[in-house]
Amino acid sequence: MTAIDTTLSATDAAALAEALPPRPPRFATTRRVLGSPKGVIGLLLMLGIAAMAALAPILFPLGPWAMVGRPYIWPGAGTTLMGTDVLGRDMTAAMFWGAQISLLVGLVSAAVSLVLGIAVGSVAGYFGGGTDAVLMRLTDAVQTVPAFLFTIVIVAVVSPSITSIVLAISLVSWPAVARLMRAEVLSVRKREFVQSCKVIGMSDARIILTQVIPNSLSPVIVIASVLVASAIITEAGLAFLGLGDPNVMSWGTMINLGRPSIRTTWYIALIPGGFVILTVLALNLLGDAINDAFNPHLRKR
Amino acid sequence: MGHYLRRRLLQSVVVILVIIMGNFILLNSVPGDLVDVMAGRGGDMDAELMASLRERFGLDQPLPVRMIDYVGNVLTGDLGYSWPHSQPVLDVVLQRLPATTLLVVLSVMVSVLVGTVTGVLAARHAHRAVDIVLSMIVLAFYATPIFLTALGMMLIFSVKLGWLPLAGLTTAGAQEGLFATALDMAEHLVLPVASLSMFYIAIYARLARASMLQVMTQDYVRTARAKGLSEVNVILGHALRNAMLPVVTMAGLQITELFGGAVLTETIFGLPGVGRLAYDAVFSRNFPLMLGILIVCSFIIVLVNLAVDLLYTRLDPRVELDQ
Repeated sequence: MTAIDTTLSATDAAALAEALPPRPPRFATTRRVLGSPKGVIGLLLMLGIAAMAALAPILFPLGPWAMVGRPYIWPGAGTTLMGTDVLGRDMTAAMFWGAQISLLVGLVSAAVSLVLGIAVGSVAGYFGGGTDAVLMRLTDAVQTVPAFLFTIVIVAVVSPSITSIVLAISLVSWPAVARLMRAEVLSVRKREFVQSCKVIGMSDARIILTQVIPNSLSPVIVIASVLVASAIITEAGLAFLGLGDPNVMSWGTMINLGRPSIRTTWYIALIPGGFVILTVLALNLLGDAINDAFNPHLRKR
Repeated sequence: MGHYLRRRLLQSVVVILVIIMGNFILLNSVPGDLVDVMAGRGGDMDAELMASLRERFGLDQPLPVRMIDYVGNVLTGDLGYSWPHSQPVLDVVLQRLPATTLLVVLSVMVSVLVGTVTGVLAARHAHRAVDIVLSMIVLAFYATPIFLTALGMMLIFSVKLGWLPLAGLTTAGAQEGLFATALDMAEHLVLPVASLSMFYIAIYARLARASMLQVMTQDYVRTARAKGLSEVNVILGHALRNAMLPVVTMAGLQITELFGGAVLTETIFGLPGVGRLAYDAVFSRNFPLMLGILIVCSFIIVLVNLAVDLLYTRLDPRVELDQ
């Protein structure tokens, strides 16, 4: 590869650059996202949450389950910043370690649903006909079952663990991606560059992987942040119901622990709840900014 | 009935079949079968008896045969038996359905109404103070998960202020009479409905604002203004009708999601609905009941989706032609 690159002379490169249409400035979309206040606030908040996740093992090496004092110490009253929970565990440690779980579940679930949705959507859109009909009825079926109810049943059947939770969330959230992807692929597959790939005898698999998918990704990228946010909400909801992974401390677990005593020591449920809201808010802001950047004509609305 | 609706009807039948088969697969991925459960309950049972029971229940048949049997059973309304309730699963679910239906219907009505009004208001004052304040409130509503709204509202309005009842659908031993009962139920439903609606109010407000802004620039709205119609008439009579299309789509989606969201809300507020039933089924590991709830809810949602499509063709006759 490098051998070919070096043989390209400077004049050739200049001629090539002139022949091609002017490219938009590099990282134009990133710049637009960071140019809006929504994007900046969203990104800063997300960096904060990520820092919490990264610093958890350094600041709280004892882990989130270690008892540090009397139970029910109010935030600010003792030595801990956010107080202690029902068993005298440090709430601050729980929040930092919980950030890890929320980010992990959110990102992995979103990634798995993206892969599933992109695969189903691009195959359905590219081949059309019977393949499309079968895959889309499957998509309809998954979308018809109430998502949270379906997640609960899957997790209950498989038994709660981080893996089963991520799996369940991904299994119910890919249809939205598949629909968007299919709609985009339907228009991309008719374009000339795809037709010419067919003419030169490229295999369907290669056309889908190297031509169709890279050119149909933008609407899917826009909903990625929504996927992460809804996965975080679902995990918190599951843990709140007592269906979280019993071996990890997530924000939802802490909300569940604080629920029986919500009349008196409401801070135990309120603080993790606040972190969930903050994370979702950050992801929504970031999502809005990305959406505006990809659809500049909609920005004034 | 048009070609489009006929095709949608056929698709719905296929979707229901796929869901039933998916349920069968899920049910079969649970370790142990009905006979194991009975053996576990009834104490000692020898292998011979278990084998004969399996034969009687048809559990010794190959998987595809059992799948066809299962689909046939579900389609004739036989969703299995719930041992803890000593009743067929369908009966148990149907008893709990009215409470959930009431919750879902009220929540859709409240959120469509409040959300649309908020959105129209924001669009009328786009990029001015009213719009900015409303947008910030909407953003906060949009970021708060339903169960946190429910917990927060319960804490503020029931525990701290004591304005509204804490849990349940009715007060035990309250006075008789239709009006008193209705009022009592309404009081119990305020917080559950409000907490189920907040998130969707935000969605409808965003949708209505965006689509109002788009519709208001159309020629026919300018024409309506030029005719000298009042502002209220322009908005309600001309603009809103078209701006309502995405709202109708969203209402269908909301009903789907609320059947899931009801699990959290009904658990928090102790309402005797399908969601609470699903929670109990999960923790007593009552798999036939869990899957029965899933099937009944899915069936209702298929019907709702058909109704939404029907309404859509009414609101926008072009839909029929496009297909």
